[in-house]
Amino acid sequence: MSTQFSINGLKATIEGKEILKGINLNIKGGEIHAIMGPNGTGKSTLASALMGHPKYEVTEGTVLLNDEDLLEMGVDERARAGLFLAMQYPSEITGVTNSDFLRSAINARRGEGNELSLIKFIRQMEGKMKELEMNTEFAHRYLNEGFSGGEKKRNEILQMMLLDPKIVILDEIDSGLDIDALKIVAAGVNSMRSEERGFLIITHYQRLLNYITPDFVHVMMQGRIVKSGGPELAERLENEGYDWVKEELGIVDETVGQV
Amino acid sequence: MSEEGSNGKIMSTQITTPINRSSAEALSKNKQEPEWLTALRAEAAEAAETLEWPKPEKMRIDRWELGALGQYKQNDAISSSDQLPESVRGLVPAEASANLLVQRNSSVVLKQLAAELQSKGVIFTDLETAARDHAELVQKYLFTAIRKDENKLTALHAALWNGGVFIYVPKNVEVELPLQALLFSDDAEATFAPHILLIADNHSRVTYVDHVVSAFEAETGPSIHQAMVEVFVKAGAQVQFASVHHMADSVIDMTIRRAVVENDGRMEWVIGDLHDGNILSDTLTILNGSGSTSDAKVISIGGASQKMSLTTQAVHVGRSTESTMVTRAVMKDQATAIINGITKIEKGATKANGEQTEKVLMLSPKARGDANPILLIDEDDVKAGHAASVGQVNAEQIYYLMSRGISKQDAERLIIHGFLAPVVSEIPIESVREQLQKLLERKLGS
Repeated sequence: MSTQFSINGLKATIEGKEILKGINLNIKGGEIHAIMGPNGTGKSTLASALMGHPKYEVTEGTVLLNDEDLLEMGVDERARAGLFLAMQYPSEITGVTNSDFLRSAINARRGEGNELSLIKFIRQMEGKMKELEMNTEFAHRYLNEGFSGGEKKRNEILQMMLLDPKIVILDEIDSGLDIDALKIVAAGVNSMRSEERGFLIITHYQRLLNYITPDFVHVMMQGRIVKSGGPELAERLENEGYDWVKEELGIVDETVGQV
Repeated sequence: MSEEGSNGKIMSTQITTPINRSSAEALSKNKQEPEWLTALRAEAAEAAETLEWPKPEKMRIDRWELGALGQYKQNDAISSSDQLPESVRGLVPAEASANLLVQRNSSVVLKQLAAELQSKGVIFTDLETAARDHAELVQKYLFTAIRKDENKLTALHAALWNGGVFIYVPKNVEVELPLQALLFSDDAEATFAPHILLIADNHSRVTYVDHVVSAFEAETGPSIHQAMVEVFVKAGAQVQFASVHHMADSVIDMTIRRAVVENDGRMEWVIGDLHDGNILSDTLTILNGSGSTSDAKVISIGGASQKMSLTTQAVHVGRSTESTMVTRAVMKDQATAIINGITKIEKGATKANGEQTEKVLMLSPKARGDANPILLIDEDDVKAGHAASVGQVNAEQIYYLMSRGISKQDAERLIIHGFLAPVVSEIPIESVREQLQKLLERKLGS
């Protein structure tokens, strides 16, 4: 069955403040959707709420991944069901090596009795690291500790490639990347494009979309998707900024939940 | 039998021998110890009657049941480690059996030393035997790093110690394989008080590893493991001392370790305080000689309602001396740990450098962990540093690991192991590292 991911009327709050005010979005396997928008409009909140970050409370709506209700699941169950979020600020964990972490994650996904042998794991990991032009020494470093911004982002993409998810959310994966790293990350994402997999790319620059061509582009303001279109929408936003969208929709302040 | 009755029975089986000059003297004579040792024990027993218990920071050890010292009970010698009770046999790696000493309750029941080391003049035997056969050496050093009249604990130990370990490594001799000891109690009514005396002569090198365990078949009344360690690192010598303690929760572990290091000598401690009962653990290195260095690594896990006082200390006397001390503790349930790190730099110890770190990871809101770094510096031309932290498992880290499909329980396990790993992975002796890993799993899992 081809992947079906649908977000219906999703509302979420943080510390009692409503940030998501009813998000509707359908992503099919094979599609790449981009969510664009200025800072403070709720884009990253959407990513975190979908993954189940404990700080966000979902107050309304449903999120279905192939008819399974993600919102009923814990964070780890959502991941095992096939959701992957490449985070904007990945945690650093001292004492846990990258390879121990990756292997635990892969085996958690595969389930008990179906663990990957050590040798196969190393082969897979090193193969993907090569694709991402990562030094294999990073396998033995503590998870994200002392990694540069770009190295952390590559490590997120490495996890995505090894975990083979059904729905991938990339939260500002392009921030802090130089152009070479951006190309490598984009190539990694493109290599994962398949009919089985859908992507949701969150960014406020069009730059990344020069390398990963989206099928659909959505603009987020005030905690809602306010405009949707094809790749040409991203180009217009890059050339003209967001003011014309605000004007068109009569929006003065595009942000949400700001103090 | 009612519950009260059965409790009463346990209490009544608790044997407390009065310790006084005449009882200490009588026991020593009965064991045919040399006169100087009998006199030492007698004086110590007398001093113990008036001296006070030590007073570690923020821990009232005088509220612990410190009276259950038991009686001297000799166990029969065995001829090989195969004859050990099954529960402790696994702690002796096969490759260790060439250089192995086993104390069971109050006496040493097995001692083996490779012929090659014997021919080089290495001595590895129990301290009671050494006091007779190598009296000159033993008398010169015994109770000089730890004085017998420092407090009630040292005095009682001087009066009571039994079995024990004596190691002498002659000048320029390097011992490749670790000398190993297994010190265990399977009789809570027996006095269990090993004293360890290690002398590494000039430019020698030795590694000593011990396991201190209990192997009670049934639940027992309270008992005490009382141990003292004196290490003398002569000029240019190197000593690695690794000790892992894991006894039943009915045992109070009182262990005082002290090393005196001369010019350019090096002392390394690895301490695994994984015991289930109350612990007083104090490890002190005195860097007397110029250019001498020390390192202490302490790993501990506290659980249930255990109370622990864990202290590491370095005293810099010589010039250009360096010390590092690291303690990491994980606290569960209602356990309490007071963790002290004391770096003392004496006047005249120019160019000394002392670094210490204490970190506590709290897994339960009812647990308590205090980290107290203390720097006492009487010299200007020195470097010293400390870092201490007490924290909980980071929720953001748990979320990150879970977002990759790892269950909450496994995520916590990874983070806890990660907390201890930077110390465990630095432990230079592979067998100790592996055993520690196993024990960590066991104690974290319980």
